[in-house]
Amino acid sequence: MTDTTLTLRVNGAERTVTCDPETALLYVLRNDLDLKGARYGCGQGQCGACTVLVDGKPVQSCNVPTSELAGRDIVTIEGLGTPEAPHPLQQAFIDEQAAQCGYCITGIVMSAKALLDANPRPTRAEIGAALRDHLCRCGTHARIVRAVERAAAALSAAR
Amino acid sequence: MSRTNESSPLPGSLSVNPRLDQWIRLIPATPGGRDTVGVSPGKVDIGQGISTALAQIAADELDVALERIAMRAPGTDASPNEEMTSSSLSIEHSGIAIRYACAEVRATLLQKAAERFGVSVERLTVEDGTVSVVGGGQSATYWELAEPGMFSRAATAQFPPKSPDEFRLIGTSVKRLDIPAKVTGRPSYVHDMMLPGMLHARVVRPPSYEARLASIDDEAAVRALPGLVELVRDGSFLAVVCETEAQALRAARALRNRAKWDDRTRLPAQAVVHEHLKTLPQSLHVVGEKTDAAAAATGARTLSAAFTKPYIAHASIGPSCAVAVWNEGRPEIWCHSQGIFPLRVDLAKALRMPEAEITVHHAEGAGCYGHNGADDVALDAALAARAVPGRPVRLQWMREDEFQWEPFGPAMSIELTASLDADGRIVDWTHELWSNTQSTRPGRQPEGTWLLAGWHLADPLPKPPPRMIPIAGGGGSDRNAIPLYDFPNQKVLHHFITEMPVRVSALRSLGAFANVYAIETFMDELAEAAGIDPVEFRLRHLKDARARAVIEAAADRAGWKGRAAGDGSTGMGIGFAQYKNKQSYCAVVAEVSLEEDLRVTRCVAAVESGLAINPDGIINQTEGGVIQAVSWTLKEAVPFDERGIRCMTWDDYPILRFDEVPEVDVVLIDRPDQKSMGAGEAAQGPTGAAIGNALARAIGVRVRDLPLTKDRIAKALV
Repeated sequence: MTDTTLTLRVNGAERTVTCDPETALLYVLRNDLDLKGARYGCGQGQCGACTVLVDGKPVQSCNVPTSELAGRDIVTIEGLGTPEAPHPLQQAFIDEQAAQCGYCITGIVMSAKALLDANPRPTRAEIGAALRDHLCRCGTHARIVRAVERAAAALSAAR
Repeated sequence: MSRTNESSPLPGSLSVNPRLDQWIRLIPATPGGRDTVGVSPGKVDIGQGISTALAQIAADELDVALERIAMRAPGTDASPNEEMTSSSLSIEHSGIAIRYACAEVRATLLQKAAERFGVSVERLTVEDGTVSVVGGGQSATYWELAEPGMFSRAATAQFPPKSPDEFRLIGTSVKRLDIPAKVTGRPSYVHDMMLPGMLHARVVRPPSYEARLASIDDEAAVRALPGLVELVRDGSFLAVVCETEAQALRAARALRNRAKWDDRTRLPAQAVVHEHLKTLPQSLHVVGEKTDAAAAATGARTLSAAFTKPYIAHASIGPSCAVAVWNEGRPEIWCHSQGIFPLRVDLAKALRMPEAEITVHHAEGAGCYGHNGADDVALDAALAARAVPGRPVRLQWMREDEFQWEPFGPAMSIELTASLDADGRIVDWTHELWSNTQSTRPGRQPEGTWLLAGWHLADPLPKPPPRMIPIAGGGGSDRNAIPLYDFPNQKVLHHFITEMPVRVSALRSLGAFANVYAIETFMDELAEAAGIDPVEFRLRHLKDARARAVIEAAADRAGWKGRAAGDGSTGMGIGFAQYKNKQSYCAVVAEVSLEEDLRVTRCVAAVESGLAINPDGIINQTEGGVIQAVSWTLKEAVPFDERGIRCMTWDDYPILRFDEVPEVDVVLIDRPDQKSMGAGEAAQGPTGAAIGNALARAIGVRVRDLPLTKDRIAKALV
């Protein structure tokens, strides 16, 4: 495949990259756009560590050709907040100390974002179902679910 | 804390790394910044949050704000050599060293201030690193008082650390320092490193353990691929180094398709592996023995049971990764090894150069839970980077590299026999176990290497003879095999199998998971035979008050009393252990529900680790240990057949998912008067046993082979 110049909308900004159009979005985000928050875990869309939002829906960026995403709205973890000014969802993860190694956590936060955007007060079972495609090996699940519940309460109160 | 006298060794890791400035450095502010204290442990953060706990200790002992503590990632160029970060020993090794080092630094600076101000030390007070005379007058900061070389000397440990009533931060749930960056996606792992001019590499491994490279069909075609900078070929070690990561992926795929291998791999069939292992060369060791013939003679009933545990994968979410660069013939490597100094010993052998010429830095990886591919990938990266001097190379293992080649937690077989007297007391106990070594970590063997690529080089290094971890050091396969209960007669036998058909090494808790599963489920069988409640039965055999306390706390919180044994599909069970028979105490009560598969619906854990440095850190580690052990117990076994490991993707190795996770409730028992102990591995064995016991109480039959799959349960019910 020959390299092509593509224009992507990432975290609200137009970004131009030159790559093989078949290259998975994950590598473009990490290496061309220096957005390290989406992480390689399996390359097959089985673990969720690379999850970003495309038009508001969770997408496993390791498994989607970049060329399919031109013109669509991509949001990565870096588009939510910063360590100094975290998004309420990120703040809830900090408050609950909902990470151990943290490698899976950014992908989980992105799926939680999509869940809360669509369903502001999910039940515990709905949270579990929404995160089913995410693997966490440290066993932080219980805290992660609590963090999503906390964020739901905080975001609803702010509405 | 008692004052150490001069004849005793220095505490913790100070005993081998006594220089104070190896641990603690006062760093004056740069313009616009603040004065800080550099704290440089040799233990590494592997997602367990040890850096935060060590920072708490340093801040408290020095009387400085936590924000002034700058934790430094370990490197072989500047850090104390604390060997491995393993066995839940960081608080005992590094924590105690930092406590004493900080106490001595503080006392030395106070002495200096007393001289400068012309007052006695007793009249001084410290507030966030500023020393003042009580009642007003002169003051100076640590950074103003410090003199060059002041701490370039050995610690004496003559300055007692603070007592619990003086702590400000120790004992509080300080929030982890690393979590804000992690939840906002900032670069946090070696995987995220970017160095100027960095290239991307992938390995192309043989298809199975004993396969060796025969030929490459048109190697030139691979070399001609766009972006390929180097194809590294050394014996059966193959790697591609490319300008971009996408190019490296394509080149690796092309090379894999063109490589031809001679494959002599022959593994035992998975279904018979435990029987097969027992036939292999082995040595027999008596781990523990206690004899009281009169008591043994009172035995009225004897029960026996046999247990197996499969190979279990570490299954880190992030496959192993390292970055390496060679400058002027010397490699510098960043990796997520649990032991950068021991790794360097083996790197020196494989790279055939002096250790002193190699620098290894720790950079965080995904959670490892023991010895995964972290050390192997460091050598891979070093070999790849050697081919492109001056250019940094990032080498990332793929998911299938990790699943195929990581050293798994070893398979084990255990046979238990016990006799009850007429009153339902255990009077005789035998525990016999069969396993490979539980550690093939680098650094400890005089000859050969455990690093994977070392075996594949054109001039290969041999595999060293496996070694046993002595029981005095916590044991390996026999970890927690000696019962904690008071039995008048007991015998623990360890068959150490030296031939290893499957690559194995340390997995979180080593042999403790299987041993505790066996011991604690057998205790329930004996309780049932004696007609005594399982909690009551344990307490009758247990004098240690701290052990009894965790059992009672877990049972109370779970509502054990008054609960029926089980109703055919749901049940509650308990498991208990003191990790390594000398560290944290933990009891777990599990509730299960047999639906299509066995589900664990709730776990209550009670844990006691002496003085809790960071209570929430212990609770987080315990919750994680419980959930990981639920996954091991219900689901996990590495698939393989005669031709090799058959584990490539998460489909081949399912782990517990969000919608399968039980409710977890942790009761932390804090004992500020007792020494702090690691807590990362206390919950695994008790959790597995609690599930096994809950299942048996639910359905009335026992499943003694792990994992507790629906097929095994169905077979047991027939």
